[in-house]
Amino acid sequence: MIREFTVNELWLLILAARWTVLLSAIAFVGGGAGGFILAIARVSPRGPVASLAAAFIKIVQGTPLLMQLYLVYFGASLLRLTSDAWTAAALALTLYASAFLGEIWRGCIQAVPREQWEAARALALGYPSQLSSVILPQAARIALPPTVGFLVQLLKGTSLASIIGFTELTRAAAVVNNATFRPLIVYAIVAALYFILCWPLSLLSSHLERRLEQAGSRTVAFQF
Amino acid sequence: MDYVFQFGVVWRDFPALLLGAWLTVRLSALAMGLGLIVGVATALAAASRWRALRALARVYVEAIRNTPFLVQVLFVYLGLPSIGLRLRPDQAALLAMVINLGAYATEIVRAGIKAVPAGQLEAGTALGLSSWQLFRHVVWLPALRAIFPALGSQFILIMLASSVVSVISAEELTAVADTLVARHFRSFEVYLVVTGMYLVMCLAFQAAFAAIHRTLFARWRAV
Repeated sequence: MIREFTVNELWLLILAARWTVLLSAIAFVGGGAGGFILAIARVSPRGPVASLAAAFIKIVQGTPLLMQLYLVYFGASLLRLTSDAWTAAALALTLYASAFLGEIWRGCIQAVPREQWEAARALALGYPSQLSSVILPQAARIALPPTVGFLVQLLKGTSLASIIGFTELTRAAAVVNNATFRPLIVYAIVAALYFILCWPLSLLSSHLERRLEQAGSRTVAFQF
Repeated sequence: MDYVFQFGVVWRDFPALLLGAWLTVRLSALAMGLGLIVGVATALAAASRWRALRALARVYVEAIRNTPFLVQVLFVYLGLPSIGLRLRPDQAALLAMVINLGAYATEIVRAGIKAVPAGQLEAGTALGLSSWQLFRHVVWLPALRAIFPALGSQFILIMLASSVVSVISAEELTAVADTLVARHFRSFEVYLVVTGMYLVMCLAFQAAFAAIHRTLFARWRAV
């Protein structure tokens, strides 16, 4: 039996968007923690630690997110850990976000001028305090725009969780489409909902980037 | 854990996976070529003197960059038949990839045009070059050199993202993997091998693009 596409169906889609937001939030928080550890490991003076982190990042960035979701989903059920799509999606997206944020933040840490490290050493700070009181505060400022930009990528990436059966926005679209058979309007609305979530973040990211560029050019002018 | 890994079935069907990998590369290369054309056209529209054209280019780029590729694929394959555009899965996949790439290529091309120093443009204008001559003699070579690395990364990104078109059963590597999984029920083994194949393809293309960039643009450095 085919249902009409009514306000109820629209409401169903809007409600499903909260699972997209929640999944993104979990992956962002988990990925933030993982990415922080990876970034620190990447700039670490210990060779093996740095190469291990680099290898992990290379593998995640060099393979499709869909494959990562499949491997975590099927791998977790083989290990009898869980066969729950929700957990698998959260775990896979956390690993994905860790690798990308780790690489973004490594770039930001390395963008801090070398003299800052030397100055911190000259003040007889140990490595942990060099990092935490001199380098990271400066890196954090540079890191803000690309981090917000990555959040957009992550939000869009959560749509793949629908393929392993987690009911978020894209999966809800398939459900509503199967009941109403109005694919054009259903997918247009779903695209619009993603757009409403992502566009403000994109605007914020480019705004922050412009502001940082202006601040940066002032610093350069000041040096001479 | 009492699970026994069986990679034997995967190796037996490895030729099918290799064919799938070739299809993925071909699909991505085709999408890249067409997407680049769309990107250049949209970048020109974005720099146009007509306001409506500029606005249209911006709406296209923002709409695509702020919605998931998967939704774009489903919209093209499931949605467009409602307005009479019925496509086979591989056609729908290609169209969605071109539309997606076009938006990202626009941004890359725009950045490349911006990378040409303003002084050179002014010098060209002072010599009385028309805007086409300016593009041909002053802009395009340095612009291409500036955007080549970004285009290479974009190709690799779309190659990895193209695994998503398996949901509409367009023929490529992930779709072949899905078929093998359905046949042998060895999902983990199949997807592990396929993930490795994507990684090898990604690293190979990265190395190839870096080599091309070195040899092609080394001689032009003096330009």
